[in-house]
Order: sequence, then structure tokens, then C-alpha cells
Amino acid sequence: MNAYLENTLVYDPKLCNGCAMCVAVCPHAVYEMDGRLARLVRPQACMECGACQVNCVTNAISVESGVGCASAMIRAALTGRREVTCDCS
Amino acid sequence: MIDIGSIKSRPEIFPTTSRLSRLDRRDHFLARLGVRRSQHRVEPGLYALGNPDPDSLVFVTSNYTLSFDALRSVLGGIDAYILVLDTRGINVWCAAGKGTFGTNEIVLRVMITRLGEVVRHRRLILPQLGAPGVAAHEVKQRTGFWVEYGPVRAADLPEYLKTRKATAEMRQVRFTLQDRLVLIPVDVIRLLLPMLAVAVALYFVGGFTLSLAVIATVLAGTALFPILLPWLPTHNFSTKGFILGGLVALPFTLSALLVHPGRTWWQHAGQALGLLLALPAVTAFIALNFTGSSTFTSRSGVRREMYRYIPAMAWTFGTGILLTGIFSLIH
Repeated sequence: MNAYLENTLVYDPKLCNGCAMCVAVCPHAVYEMDGRLARLVRPQACMECGACQVNCVTNAISVESGVGCASAMIRAALTGRREVTCDCS
Repeated sequence: MIDIGSIKSRPEIFPTTSRLSRLDRRDHFLARLGVRRSQHRVEPGLYALGNPDPDSLVFVTSNYTLSFDALRSVLGGIDAYILVLDTRGINVWCAAGKGTFGTNEIVLRVMITRLGEVVRHRRLILPQLGAPGVAAHEVKQRTGFWVEYGPVRAADLPEYLKTRKATAEMRQVRFTLQDRLVLIPVDVIRLLLPMLAVAVALYFVGGFTLSLAVIATVLAGTALFPILLPWLPTHNFSTKGFILGGLVALPFTLSALLVHPGRTWWQHAGQALGLLLALPAVTAFIALNFTGSSTFTSRSGVRREMYRYIPAMAWTFGTGILLTGIFSLIH
């Protein structure tokens, strides 16, 4: 499936402790274990859900996470609210 | 903040089964149609599936009926506990994105239900898609419970439970044709009334062809777009929508060129151009709004495409409407 070609994911392997949590939580197989360290193998598939960042104990990962939903952002823009929420279930 | 110490007796453990009743299926059907969208809720708390004992597994899920039912329906023959978080009737992934399926709610729910007194072990099995809201190490720190991320799909749980290891396949979200098909009714129903209203109004202005064009354009965005998504070229939803909308608008554009023998060629051309500009913009806008339903769009990507293409949609739509209006009125 097509994804956007750029995103805000930044990973610093120097900080990796090898816990493999990022590999477990990523829904798009962005990471793989390479020996004792995680390695970015498909960075372009990242959808910025933020799961890896939240679950990385050593803060080796940073990503501007959020919901990639145009209707939510349009609604936020129209109502002037900063917080982007959706009415989906 | 709730003062946990003041809750003297342990709250009730609700009984549940892995069987889905006719009432459950009716609820799922209505949820898929978007009827009473936020009302498909389960009471948050601790549930006993079958006859669990202090060594039984604990699964965590959201209080959206489709999420809770997807989980319990695959656990046939297994005695387990299900900890239902209060996500306000929102599914696991969306709730995790907002943080309502999150660290704080898990900590709170573990305390309220006194889960530590119910089971002897210290392990929670979470759906993988809960991870954006949950810091596993923080849950451990604050409750003593280890978080174990199970597979993305509940359907893979029985296989997962054999080894407690998720395969790469189990860890990846998909967006199959079936996944996309089930999303169509909600959007079609949501736009049905406005679509019909515009179609009826335009019937009096531009005749049957124009109302048909409106219906085709909206259905292209709501139904055809989700189906054809992977096969439409380009890397963003707006241009995919423009392409699909252009294709659907083509026959109506051509018919504007052909019929009405009483008009001059430039009236025909003007009206055809108007349709070709206005209709695809509508399809593209509906397509852009499908980003939130998809399983792979990022926030920065959606924002970029909004800034780039919403002005284009507004301009082509406005110009198209103006042209169509002018050339309809001239005769």
C-alpha cells in the first residue's frame, strides 16, 4: 500500500539498548533487530503513530506523532481547537 | 483523581462468554452503518471469561463493542480475565492515538479492579495497536504488571498463545479489500442526505444529467475510492481522488459536449469544462477525508497534502461551478 514518501521519524542507534520493543510495537515493520541493536529497515513506511517512541526506554526514537486524519484536522481548524480529536469509533 | 484507598470492597467481576449473541451481531451491524456511533459501549472493568483462576491470562481491550467482541469471540475454550478500559466507546487503535487507551487508564483500571488480588501473576496481554498510548515500562513501574504486546488482530491470538511469540506477519497492519469494504457504508450513509438534496436541487437547474453527475461523484469518493485505493497511482489521497474523480466526470463532460443541439460550441465547451473542473474536486475532497480511515497515513503527510491540495480543490471547484452556472444560464 502506498504511503507518503517523507516523515518525521528519527532514530539514534547509539542509544539503543536492544530491548526490541520498537520491533514488537511497530505496525509497519519499520524496524528489525540486527544483532543486538534495532535497525531502521523501512523508514518510509512509518505512519507516525508514536508507538515505538512511547515504548523506547532509552529515548532513542523521536517522531512527531499524531493521527493522520484529514477530517479531524479540518474539524480542529474550523472549531479553532488545538487538540485534534475525532468522532470515529 | 479517584482515591483508590477509599474503595473498600472489590468491584464486581462481570461474567462473559466467547459466544456472540444475535443482539451482539445486530449491534455490530448498526456500528458498521454508523448508527449511534458513540453508543456501542461495554461497561469498563474486569470480566471473567469462562472460569478463570488466579493463574489465568489477563487480556486488555477497549470498551468499544466491536473491540471487546473481537477479543472474546476468539478465546473460545480459554478461561481468562478481560480488563476493559474506559476508552469512551472508541476502538483500541484510535483510542491509543488519543491516549484514552493509555498508561494512566491501565494503571487506574488495575487499581480500581484490584487486579493484583485477583491474579497471582503480573502480566497483561495488550493488543499491539494499543502501544501508541501505552508506555510498557511505565505500567510496570506503577503497577508491577508487565505489558506483553500480543498480535495486531484478535484473530491471530489462538496461534499466538501457543508460543507467545508474534510472527512478523501478525505484527503488521493490513488494509485489505475486505477491511476497506466494511468502511464504505458509514461514509455513504453520512453523505446520503446532502448528496440527494444537491442532486434534487440541481435537477431543476441543469436537468437529470447534472443530478446524476453529482451522485456519481459522491459515490466515487465514498465507495469507489476505498475499493480502488491501492491501484490508483500517486502517493497521496488528494491526487488519487482527482484522478478517480476525473475519470468518473468524463462521461458527464462528454455528454455536455454532445447534447443540446440548440447551443453554440463555446456554450458546450464552457459547460463541459465547468463539470470537468468542479466534479473531481468533490471526489478528491472526500478521498482526502478517507486518510483517517486508512491504516498507514502519517500526520505530517496528511498535513502536507492538506496545505497543498485543499486550495487546489477550492479553486477548481469554485471555477467549475461558476463556469457551469454561467453557461447554463446563458441559453
